[in-house]
Amino acid sequence: MGVDGSHEAKTTYREAMREALRQALRSDERVFLMGEDVGRYGGCFGVSLGLLEEFGPERVRDTPLSESAFVGAGIGAALAGMRPVVEIMTVNFSLLALDQILNNAATLLHMSGGQLPVPLVIRMTTGAGRQLAAQHSHSLEGWYAHIPGIRVLAPATLEDARHMLAPALADPDPVLIFEHGSLYNVSGELLEPTAPVDLEHAAIRRPGTDISLITYGGSLPKALAAADELAAEGISAEVIDLRTLRPLDAEAITASVARTHRAVVIDEAWRTGSLAAEVSARIAEESFYELDAPVERVCSAEVPMPYARRLEEAALPQPADIVAAAHRAVN
Amino acid sequence: MPSLGADMDEGTLLEWLVGPGDLVHKGDPVAVVETAKSTIEVECFATGTMNELLVEPGTTVPVGTPLAVIGPAEERRPVSRAPKKGKPSASTEPSASTEPPSPPPEPAPGPAPALSAARQRGHIEAGPLVRHLAEHSGVDLEALHGTGPGGRVTRTDVEAAVAARAAPRPRVRASPFARRLAAELGVDLATVTGTGRESAVRAADVRRAAPGPAAPTAPAPTGAAPVRPSPQRPPAAARPSEDRAAAMRRAIAGLMTRANRDIPHYYLSTSVDLAAAMDWLHEHNRQSPVGERLLPAALLLKAAALAAREVPELNGFWIDDHFTAGEGIHLGVAVSLRGGGLVAPALHHADTLALPQLMNSLKDLVARARTGMLRGTEVSEATITVTNLGDQGVETVLGVIHPPQVALVGFGRVVDRPCAVDGLLGVRPVVTATLSADHRATDGAVGARYLTAVSRLLQNPEQL
Repeated sequence: MGVDGSHEAKTTYREAMREALRQALRSDERVFLMGEDVGRYGGCFGVSLGLLEEFGPERVRDTPLSESAFVGAGIGAALAGMRPVVEIMTVNFSLLALDQILNNAATLLHMSGGQLPVPLVIRMTTGAGRQLAAQHSHSLEGWYAHIPGIRVLAPATLEDARHMLAPALADPDPVLIFEHGSLYNVSGELLEPTAPVDLEHAAIRRPGTDISLITYGGSLPKALAAADELAAEGISAEVIDLRTLRPLDAEAITASVARTHRAVVIDEAWRTGSLAAEVSARIAEESFYELDAPVERVCSAEVPMPYARRLEEAALPQPADIVAAAHRAVN
Repeated sequence: MPSLGADMDEGTLLEWLVGPGDLVHKGDPVAVVETAKSTIEVECFATGTMNELLVEPGTTVPVGTPLAVIGPAEERRPVSRAPKKGKPSASTEPSASTEPPSPPPEPAPGPAPALSAARQRGHIEAGPLVRHLAEHSGVDLEALHGTGPGGRVTRTDVEAAVAARAAPRPRVRASPFARRLAAELGVDLATVTGTGRESAVRAADVRRAAPGPAAPTAPAPTGAAPVRPSPQRPPAAARPSEDRAAAMRRAIAGLMTRANRDIPHYYLSTSVDLAAAMDWLHEHNRQSPVGERLLPAALLLKAAALAAREVPELNGFWIDDHFTAGEGIHLGVAVSLRGGGLVAPALHHADTLALPQLMNSLKDLVARARTGMLRGTEVSEATITVTNLGDQGVETVLGVIHPPQVALVGFGRVVDRPCAVDGLLGVRPVVTATLSADHRATDGAVGARYLTAVSRLLQNPEQL
């Protein structure tokens, strides 16, 4: 996998992420990567493959299986002036570190009167769709987006996978990056960004006039597929990629709904109390007089994720569900 | 924006007849408003100084929108005690005073009879509890008809007013965007067929219903000068005249649909011998200069008004499941318009007008109705309506009641008929008088009493 970046015709989300880590490790000696199996194994999802060999065990560190301990260590290192990138294998295990994230990383700057910033980046895989059953299929990024004091990112494209890490490391606040497991093998041509990649704005992945499909992360390809299907019927769907889940780019949502007057929010999390609920509420608050139809939501079935393939497919949002929701809103 | 008829939802302010700082008196025409039906002079409901004009000429606003702020007159008269007003705050804090004394509730003619002589003197009988309740719920005591002893406004009256305001016509299911669009395009949502879920009106439905190219009704601010000093009409044809006709048709359609749906009509009819009346009329006209001659219609209207005095059960309004007697007899006169459609402006206190006076008022009213120059109180205050289709050649008219009134009197053509009179056969001029009445408010016996009274009154034309 010779990843030289610049002239490689095709690259994957995984490689783009790795290249981002490589660039970060090269350009700032305060940056180091730690987590379970990130070194010798190359990362649970192969993101850090080869980095141990290139940067050595001081900067690519395998940790014991204790999320609370190594996230806490990352917070300590950040407080001490380092720029740690902590990889938690998946969001499912991040709950063991939730206390560190919620009670320490997110609060210390504010409890110290601004004296103790925690410039920490935590990466983790999220989402279902790979038959990993109820304990390993969560989409809990919405929970983290609930927490003030941190920034929550959901890169859904090769460009964002490649270019969001650097501004995340430069951010003085703790930044959580959620990488959807279904995206790692997505491949395509990685375009050099025409403008600096920011962590503030949602992106219009496809412009449209009849309905806004608002989504993020692993649901973006599904929304784009649904938009293709809708286009074939003559319904022009605008696809909004939120990119940053906290703080939400409310203006982009409002502007899109002002164009289309209808919205479907797609979120792989459970519907109740979800990020989709938050986006829907924002639309009701900010765009009530623009709405020509009730906001539709496409979320996962409210069940522990089934193992069986067909059941899992049925429980997760699918392009057909998005198309059906769009039909309800448009017709 | 006052409600100038039960069918009015919005109006276009055409012209201000006063400017900021002008002293205005209660009853003064202050603005010209165009409704779907006609152009109407709005009379001021209070005396004071016009502090601020809030609405630009040419703007269409919903009923209830404040048009201007009236402050107290410069010289504060000692008699204007604060508690007189329904909204004490309006008087005690002049800067906070606002235009219409709470938008009139849907059954618009409700507040109309409140302008009785007693009310014009400005004294309202209401206890402190009622006053408090009215203030708390934003009800203008002045606009209420008191049903308590001596016209006292009771707690029930206030609660009824609140209920009336809270229960407008059934809300149209429409998306928020469609609602906004309808307001911008001047589309009445009630006339739009919804194609959305559960027949909700969607933006596309509104666009389909919008007349012509999608243009906001409010013209660009540059289009109309802020104040027009001359009484010259600003282009009333800001909307094309056929739009206006269509809008009037829709307004009439809405009102008549409501009348036919809500009012259980009963109909009575009688032939009235007009021999005495016609003889008297001919004699009178023979002795009068051309300009003072009377038409048979004047006699019929006068008789209808006097009969309403005798049978007050037919003179008033059915609102909120009870009958409210009209204060005074304001005879609505159905006037068909040349461009199509009709209006029924009121001849105020028709029962008290001498025939020549009534004739003049009638001529004036018809002329102004046809040129679209009616006043607000004329279009909203009729207590009973008369339609006379005699000049159109028909003999009998069975009309639809103008809600919330409870009776409509019809007269046909005066025709010569063979009649048995005093045991002999004679040819007499006869008119068919009909009554359409609201069976919720009255029964046939009352209606019969009314038509009998009309007939009797017409036998003694010199007493009319």
